Amino acid sequence: MPKPTITTANPLTERLLIAAAVGIVGLLIAVPLASVFAEAFAEGPAAWWRALAHDPDTRHAIWLSLTVAPLAVAINTVFGIATAWLVSRFRFPGRSLLITLCDIPFSVSPVVAGLALVLIFGRQGLLGPTLASLGWKVIFSWPGLVLATTFVTLPLVVRELIPVMEAIGPEEELAAVSLGASGWQVFTRVTLPNIRWALLHGVVLANARAMGEFGAVYVVSGHIAGVTDTMPLRVEKLFQEYRTPASMAVASVLAGLALVTLVAKFVIERQLEAEARELEAARSLPDTIDSSTQASIP
Amino acid sequence: MNGISSTKRAARRSVLPGFGISLAITSLVMTAMVIIPLSVLALRAASLGPTEFLAAAWTPRARAAYAVSLGASVVAAAVSSVCGLLVAWVLVRIDFPGRRLLDSLVDVPLALPTAVAGLVYSTLYVERGWLGRFLVPLGIQGAYSWLGIVLVLVFVSLPFAIRVVQPVLESLDRDSEEAARMLGASRVQTFLKVIFPAIFPAVLTGFALALARALGEYGSVVFISGNMPFKTEIAPVLIVSRLEEFAYAEATAIAVVLLAMSISLLVVVNTLQQRVARNAQ
Repeated sequence: MPKPTITTANPLTERLLIAAAVGIVGLLIAVPLASVFAEAFAEGPAAWWRALAHDPDTRHAIWLSLTVAPLAVAINTVFGIATAWLVSRFRFPGRSLLITLCDIPFSVSPVVAGLALVLIFGRQGLLGPTLASLGWKVIFSWPGLVLATTFVTLPLVVRELIPVMEAIGPEEELAAVSLGASGWQVFTRVTLPNIRWALLHGVVLANARAMGEFGAVYVVSGHIAGVTDTMPLRVEKLFQEYRTPASMAVASVLAGLALVTLVAKFVIERQLEAEARELEAARSLPDTIDSSTQASIP
Repeated sequence: MNGISSTKRAARRSVLPGFGISLAITSLVMTAMVIIPLSVLALRAASLGPTEFLAAAWTPRARAAYAVSLGASVVAAAVSSVCGLLVAWVLVRIDFPGRRLLDSLVDVPLALPTAVAGLVYSTLYVERGWLGRFLVPLGIQGAYSWLGIVLVLVFVSLPFAIRVVQPVLESLDRDSEEAARMLGASRVQTFLKVIFPAIFPAVLTGFALALARALGEYGSVVFISGNMPFKTEIAPVLIVSRLEEFAYAEATAIAVVLLAMSISLLVVVNTLQQRVARNAQ
């Protein structure tokens, strides 16, 4: 972000404003964040480790989060790439509707999303009898968790890719096609390298969201400890059981992951900004050689 | 002209590969994950018929839940907008050591799981907590109260308010400001008459985004509110409550009301964002 230019403001006012801003962010964000780690390690690192590794239900919750979240992110990555390709490279009726539909999971409360899934896959739901006869469980089982998590993270990769793919434009891909590249070659050799930082940005954000999702997963999981509790649900269960130190231990792992996400996001955003600047510079180059340069070519 | 561009378009469509497969993937996922679930929700609610729907969605407890949800969200969004403007102002206009750190901290609520936020906020504001030990004797109950809901909603919505106003402040034209100062306006006058009108659409958009975020919030509120019906129970909590009692009809009805509120807010936000984008040009 750009460095502020020198202002002629009153230094006292400036100091007050800085104090107020630091106070707001400190009180609302920094203090809570610090307290997660402080409370988690309050009884020492050994107790922290015991809370995480020696409780089978907590171990299962960690394992479950680490399998459900990446699966949901993978589905949304495939979806995101396909939709971004479709929307940025082609024009067809229903295109703007599709773009709007991609934003819907953002404005739907996660609990409502979970409820919708229960209405379809639950025992009394639309597909309830069919699933029961097949012996498949979706609600109160991990497929439901994957579906719920996929829903809430749906927009994250798509929204990253569409602006980037539209800004880059199809010229390189068209050139590749005209030189005889197959579809897969165009995708892997031309498109993917161009979008890799935006893709990574979307994946990082989607993963953070997926691992932290609570409301939708709470509804579809039945929150059965040791079976369908993901890490956020485990935090809640331990809290309800008045086992706050253990709850804080799990929460600290999630908070640590959030910090890693933020660092990754920062690094990726720097790359994205650099790429955007290169794109601007390349765009502003003249297409034709000017007369003075032309004259100097032997 | 039309003929040429449509020929170009048709040519491009047949030159660039992948239309079929990307359309297939997109349609499959979109239908399965978005269209069908929301349609089932709407149809199930519609199958109730108007009287039963109203009876389910307008019970006294539900009305209280809407009031708590809307009330707390509006207050939280307002607080987020004001605080967000202040923080954005400081980040854009003033250089000070730790500015980058402050800017990074703003993103924390976006990355932190809401359950962690809820857990930590309730631990902080109870009587023995780091903040509660000062506030509770003063009569300020942050935990298991409406205030707690507002606090946690401000936490989750603050980044939205800040990140919408920040770029607008950054690209603000300084010339009008300098002209006003040179013509003798005080700093306060300059802010009120020159700067604020220019950033108001962005501030409004930030408010709407913060409100949308706050309305749907569940994870952090369940930890801190105490979920007392008629007092601190938000609409999503009531939906879950009804679900666990297998009262699917009532849960669906309340969910549809909540959905209607969220979708109309989405429309408002989109319109505002388009206006901001147009003004920035």
